[in-house]
Amino acid sequence: MPDTILVVVEQREGKLNRVSWETITAGQAIAAATGWPLEAAVVGSGVNSIASEVAGKKVAKVYDIESPKFEPYTPDAFAAGLRQFLESRQPKLVLMPHTYQVRDFVPKLATAMGRTVISDCVGFKHEGGKLVFTRQMFQGKLAADVSFSSDAPWFVTFQNGAFRGDKAEAGAAAAVETVNVEIADGVIRNKPQEVFKEAKQAVDLTQAEIIVAVGRGIKEQKNIEIAKNLADALGGDLAASRPICDSGWLPMDRQIGSSGQTVAPKLYLALGISGAIQHIVGMKGSRAIIAVNKDSEAPIFEIADYAVVGNLFDIVPPLIEEVKKAKAGS
Amino acid sequence: MHGETLLKILVCMKQVPQKDAPLKLNESGTWIREDVSYEVNEPDAYALEEALRQREKHKGEVVVITSGPARAQQVLREALAKGADRAIHLEDDKFLGLDAFNTAKAFAAAIKDEQFDLIFTGLQSDDYGYAQTGVILAELLGWPHATIIMQIEKTDSGIRVKRELEAGYFQFVDMPTPAVLTIQSGINKLRYATLIGIKQAKNKPLRKVPLGEVQAALGDNLQKIEKLYVPQKTKKTEHIEGPPGEIAKKLVDKLRNELRVL
Repeated sequence: MPDTILVVVEQREGKLNRVSWETITAGQAIAAATGWPLEAAVVGSGVNSIASEVAGKKVAKVYDIESPKFEPYTPDAFAAGLRQFLESRQPKLVLMPHTYQVRDFVPKLATAMGRTVISDCVGFKHEGGKLVFTRQMFQGKLAADVSFSSDAPWFVTFQNGAFRGDKAEAGAAAAVETVNVEIADGVIRNKPQEVFKEAKQAVDLTQAEIIVAVGRGIKEQKNIEIAKNLADALGGDLAASRPICDSGWLPMDRQIGSSGQTVAPKLYLALGISGAIQHIVGMKGSRAIIAVNKDSEAPIFEIADYAVVGNLFDIVPPLIEEVKKAKAGS
Repeated sequence: MHGETLLKILVCMKQVPQKDAPLKLNESGTWIREDVSYEVNEPDAYALEEALRQREKHKGEVVVITSGPARAQQVLREALAKGADRAIHLEDDKFLGLDAFNTAKAFAAAIKDEQFDLIFTGLQSDDYGYAQTGVILAELLGWPHATIIMQIEKTDSGIRVKRELEAGYFQFVDMPTPAVLTIQSGINKLRYATLIGIKQAKNKPLRKVPLGEVQAALGDNLQKIEKLYVPQKTKKTEHIEGPPGEIAKKLVDKLRNELRVL
């Protein structure tokens, strides 16, 4: 059997998670580099239409892996069902998006098979016949090239935004094969309840043109006022990284990042934000990023257009005055 | 578990470089140099806090475990000072080089004679960021698990947990125990160690587990860091320098003439 690449797309409650297209793009790029054929799979109950949607992309084949026990999602069912499928097809490389759902079941699946997952990757390299996967370490301060030293299947998850979903190549409708898997009674131990949204999100930052965001560097709750004044002067919205909202200094609906909102304003002004991966994924699409941080090695500077290495408490007050002056003059 | 039963909770903790510590690569470019300041992995601090709160509610025992060289004992000492009852330290430099699969195997081997109701881990570490060790440990033990947990309630048949999903969604999950839970940061408010706590910690039991005691359970690493490096910048960054007043003027010039947002 030739080495194949399998992309497992993500569906939740019968809807394709759009981040899956990014994983298809990644799979197509690895297929082009290695010459290995690319296949895709969807896991669920009654998800044939999703399989057909994926079959419109340039893939050799799409598997619709079905069991009534896949709905609602549980890690027990997904790991057991996928394991059956993978042991019968034996792909070389299994790719998935690094979503909360995948994080929940893929380490279990790999462990059950005596395999490993290189998780949260941002790229790959194929050099001298060897595949390595690039991932961020130490909250993005360093990067690592990581290789597999185990047998296949090799599991890899890709960070949200690492590949462009809109670059997934279309193809001539690939064949869809339905594979029914058996999940024995007693395998599923968790009983999930309905998915719900907490309080209605009061603040929609996704439409904001200017965002002033604060991180740990703000030090104390009372200092939030300084950032608020800057946001007001600029006519922008105030936002924060997760630790600020965890501390209750700003409400959760002001949070930017993987567990908060994803934004792409004209200007993102990051004050005292180090730039942990979970924050970066929520704002790296901003048109311009200004970062103020006293740590010159803060990862936020990697993606900043303008970098100010310094104490935000020294820099923000004169900045507010200058912005006010400029506005008054215009 | 029932209202009267005691809860025995294990918290897996990790020592990681301090958030703003400058990192230097070692000579082979495969890891960082040891001479940095360390602190407890922040998500693990929330896991510990949650365990302490559960014990305060239900009575029982909180045990903390870590692996790594002698310096890693500091996170256990801090946890004991905050109120953990005892600690387990898998002490050897070699534990640093283990992948998540082998770290979980080492933990499983070290606790084989214990009977925990719950094992907590932080949802991921600030150094590797794999977000896997807890789930792997659950699978090795044959226990159910749930990840990214924001709330834990005891029920007659086990526990009810609140999972954080993406984009502001949540879900309650009922599950039996024993179970492994990975805890989301922000689930609670962290406490500080008290002076009395720090004093008492000195007399609390800390079991050291040498590598030899768990080595039989370990295998080869399944993945390997080939190279660690400073990431290549993909963006051109312009540094704005000078005294604060001058920086403010330069930034406003950028905002007005280059970004056109003023």
